[in-house]
Amino acid sequence: FDTSAPETVDPSSVPQPKDDFQEELVIRPLHSGDIYASFQFRTVWETDFMRGNKVSHYRLFPKSLGQVISKFSVRELHISFTQGYWRTMQWGQPFQPSPPGAELWVWFQDSAECKVYAAGCVDGTWKELTNVLSGIFCASLNFIDSTNTVQPSASFKPLGIGNETDHRFLRYATLPREIVCTENLTPWKKLLPCGSKAGLAVLLKSEKLFHSSFHSQAVHIRPVCQDWQCKTTSWELRQTLNVVFDLHNSAQGKREWSLFKMFSRTLTEACPLASSSKIYIDITDNPQGEQFEVSPATPLLSQAVVLGDRRTFSVYDLTQQITFGTVRSLNLLIRWKSSEGDMLRPLLHAERYVAGYGLQTGEIHTLMYNNHPYRSFPVLLLDSVPWYLRLYIHTLTVTSKGKDNKPSYIHYQPSKDRLRPHLLEMLVQLPPNSVTEVTVQFERALLKWTEYTPDPNHGFYVGSSVISSLVPSIVAMDTNSTRERPLFSSFFPCKEESSYFVRVYTEPLLVNLPTPDFSMPYNVICLTCTVVAVGYGSLYNLLTRSFQIEEPSPGLAKRIANIIRKMRGVPPL
Amino acid sequence: MGLLSDPNRRRALISLLTRLNSPICVVCYMAGVAWFMGLAFEPFTLRTYMSENAMGSTMVEERFPAGERALTTGREFSAHKKKAGGMPVDWLVKTMQARGLEVFTQRFSRKLPFPDENKERYMVKGTNVYGILRAPRAPRTEALVLSAPCTPGDSNNQAVGLLLGLAQYFRNQIYWAKDIIFLVNEHDLIGMQAWLEGYHHTNTTGMDWSPLQGRGGSIQAALSLELSSDVITSMDLVLEGLNGQLPNLDLANLFYAFCQKIGVLCTIQGKLQRNDWDSVSGYSHSVQTMMLMVMKQASGRPWGDHGLFLRYHIEAASIKGINSFRQYKTDVTTIGRLLEGMYRKLNNLLERLHQSYFFYLMPSLSHFVSIGYYMPAFGLLAVILLLRALDLWVQLVSSPGVLSVLTPLVISHLTGVALYTLPIQFQEMAVEQFPVSETEAVVLTAIGYNVFLFIYIGWRVLKLVAVLYLAVLLGCTALINFSLGFILALTLVPVAAFVTPHVPKVLSAFILVILSPACTLLFSVFFFQELQELPVSFQEGWLLYLSVISQGILDHFLYGSLVYPLIALLVYPCWLLFWNILFWK
Repeated sequence: FDTSAPETVDPSSVPQPKDDFQEELVIRPLHSGDIYASFQFRTVWETDFMRGNKVSHYRLFPKSLGQVISKFSVRELHISFTQGYWRTMQWGQPFQPSPPGAELWVWFQDSAECKVYAAGCVDGTWKELTNVLSGIFCASLNFIDSTNTVQPSASFKPLGIGNETDHRFLRYATLPREIVCTENLTPWKKLLPCGSKAGLAVLLKSEKLFHSSFHSQAVHIRPVCQDWQCKTTSWELRQTLNVVFDLHNSAQGKREWSLFKMFSRTLTEACPLASSSKIYIDITDNPQGEQFEVSPATPLLSQAVVLGDRRTFSVYDLTQQITFGTVRSLNLLIRWKSSEGDMLRPLLHAERYVAGYGLQTGEIHTLMYNNHPYRSFPVLLLDSVPWYLRLYIHTLTVTSKGKDNKPSYIHYQPSKDRLRPHLLEMLVQLPPNSVTEVTVQFERALLKWTEYTPDPNHGFYVGSSVISSLVPSIVAMDTNSTRERPLFSSFFPCKEESSYFVRVYTEPLLVNLPTPDFSMPYNVICLTCTVVAVGYGSLYNLLTRSFQIEEPSPGLAKRIANIIRKMRGVPPL
Repeated sequence: MGLLSDPNRRRALISLLTRLNSPICVVCYMAGVAWFMGLAFEPFTLRTYMSENAMGSTMVEERFPAGERALTTGREFSAHKKKAGGMPVDWLVKTMQARGLEVFTQRFSRKLPFPDENKERYMVKGTNVYGILRAPRAPRTEALVLSAPCTPGDSNNQAVGLLLGLAQYFRNQIYWAKDIIFLVNEHDLIGMQAWLEGYHHTNTTGMDWSPLQGRGGSIQAALSLELSSDVITSMDLVLEGLNGQLPNLDLANLFYAFCQKIGVLCTIQGKLQRNDWDSVSGYSHSVQTMMLMVMKQASGRPWGDHGLFLRYHIEAASIKGINSFRQYKTDVTTIGRLLEGMYRKLNNLLERLHQSYFFYLMPSLSHFVSIGYYMPAFGLLAVILLLRALDLWVQLVSSPGVLSVLTPLVISHLTGVALYTLPIQFQEMAVEQFPVSETEAVVLTAIGYNVFLFIYIGWRVLKLVAVLYLAVLLGCTALINFSLGFILALTLVPVAAFVTPHVPKVLSAFILVILSPACTLLFSVFFFQELQELPVSFQEGWLLYLSVISQGILDHFLYGSLVYPLIALLVYPCWLLFWNILFWK
């Protein structure tokens, strides 16, 4: 029983819905000398927004989001804003992957009103929802419309409880052009119970967060089980923020990091509303402290299997006063001893580019690398391409190791001009240690002149492809498994650990479309064309018509004279 | 139009045109040449100005400090290059990685159609090394390229050193919005071709290359750096690319603006700018500069490593450091600052360079002639052909039989096809049977095709067809490559205008040969050498001429230059038609 909670009302008279807030920060020193900091703030609330349940009393859960959930009958909502591209080859897998720009995917409730005309009803709700979210997050989400929304059939499954997987209730959209900056961070921070006043959130200073190589912030809302029996649901709000600081830019090439250097702040307290507040430092690569040293040292260690790899973390519990030591402030310091910075070979990574030259056609190449030495695994590839790149789907080829690789599942929805994008989903088996190349040719459409963006010569964006897969885990790959575990436990690979879910986003594409010169010469060309078109008619007339001189009809006297002359056999006048 | 639909007036107009045809033609020709020569006169040209707003008013500071260290790196590179006997791949990879770049390599190989004697290569194998500076918080959609060639011998070591120095300096800056690719290419253009084809995954010339592992999205602009000495006196800008394509004028403006700002002497075509435009020597200086540009553009060759980028719609230029005997010297730190400034401005670009001109001639670095000003010069020459065609049409009494002209057309084109294919086919045979070098064999087989054709049809019909054919051909050429079209028009239009079966045979035949495309090229070689102030004797000129032809053929097969097929397949048959008219019986 928590005595410190300032409860004045008798808890038995008003059944107060229980809510709980946790915050944590994971710091992972990266192979390349950069450093990765990942914040997670989790609010769980034992309430039910569904079935017309009016919820009006909010404590930790942000009211703005709660109202959105109940108004638009949202079952799950995932939104991320990312500035930069996650460099898998240098940094490994992120904890929460996200594509550059903004990404939004929402599962809607199969509600009573939307039973009959599900698609149209959901579309309307989706439109409203994006506009509302646009206001909440100060982002251009209102640019999401039918031309960039798709309904993936397999790639995005609900992450919360519930087994409704009818993809008519799913909407997915990305805005690869979205720029993420302070104006998006501030409303995101306001959703936190402590704001940026206390706890880990004091570290979130925009001048440092945006002086980094990668910045990503996200909000995930989903229903979760209240207890192990799962009779009632709670709502979980997870706010995550990932940032990578660069060795060369932020640390001037010195392999030494501290909280102060990263965030220009140190920690003095946990958020008073948080039930748990922890900092984890990934020390897996550093079991004996030969790679780097961490100070202050902590006796607390924690082990977890993260992304198929068994990792060891040092834990700092901010709710304990001892963590802050005598100076009453925590400034973690990580100092490298060696400097190794080779490229990684992540088990799964992907890249994408546009091939060809000229402004008529082109080819999109998607390369997927499986670096596993002996296991093949299937991946789901999702491609959403705007309508103005007309995909020639008959040119779709999938090759691995020089051989044709036939996808076992293809879901293709052709585009409609100005209405909806192409959607291509494929289930492809990646052979071990191979590169699989997916190519498809396209033609660049001519837009109407009002459809061009204000900067047409910048090019048009094509959102990232999404590759979702269950990747065989490194733990299962570990052949030297006799190290820690007893022999009897290690013959069959353990099921939970044998594979893990990974989502990889490729880079977005920038494609140039044929663009008229919108300046003065363009007008000149229009004018000249008009003149030529008018002139051509007359000239053609002149060239094709044969001219003959027609005598004016002769007078009566002349006609009579001619008749007489004709009778006489003399040529007429 | 009323003028033309009234038969009387029309007849009057036509009779005027046919009566005064020859004088009008002569006047047009003179006017065309005069117009062209007037283009270099400074009051008639426009001053260059920065059109792109993103590069114009924004201020950047240049702070590159590490020129000396770059030179040291260059010397290290040179030592490793000597040790490796080519591209020191491992050393470059390690050095670039130490500077915080993502480094990748690309292997390529190419068998030339025949040995290149200028550069002494036949089987070419090499490796390109490139490092990508990933811009912070950028989604890998845009990139800039800085390249330096790895040339055998002692040249361009400083360029590679400066490239690595800039890479190190750029890596520590936070302001980059576009990835920057630092490329060291081996075997100059062949390596560059392999890299560009790999980057865009195209294969236009049948080269073997290994696929690229890392990319930075669509390349917005590229600069190729050539630097062979520790200090320089001036920087030279090279713009002419493959098939006479030019980068956007704003790239030249950017270079000029930064040279002015930093105080580096800058030249174009190796010629400094002069202020005395009103004097004869000043005018002739700008004529020389412009003529050099015209000759280079007409040749259709890439005049630097940048030349191949233009096909991919990437604005690119080469910057060469020149060390001559002037007092005033510029050190590498200053060149580094110049490049830093240019890249920072290119980094600020929101759109591709598109604001300024793509078709221009430059009589000096600060003045340019746009397409609207130089096209009339060509138009005046082309109108001669139309006037002659009109004259012939009026003279033609019976309706022309189309079939009758088909035979000479087909035969002359077959000759053209033979000229296009046989040099490569027969050079092996020629080398085996005669003690001539390969280049000479190629060229001699090419020249040996000046056969005479005698076909008996109405010469007027044939000439009408030939004149119209030439008009279309030159018109299309001039639209793509003005310089080539203009030079061809300058020599072929008089021939086309005045050749008939009734002129003195021997003299006309001599003139016809003198004004043939082959002789035009020979004169151009001498003229070009003269313009560059490197006059050659006839013997040297002849050798140079042979090598120019073989280079042209090589450019076609290696990089896809279109000048050789254009001359062989279209211009030469056209010239043969006129030869045919002369010997009509």
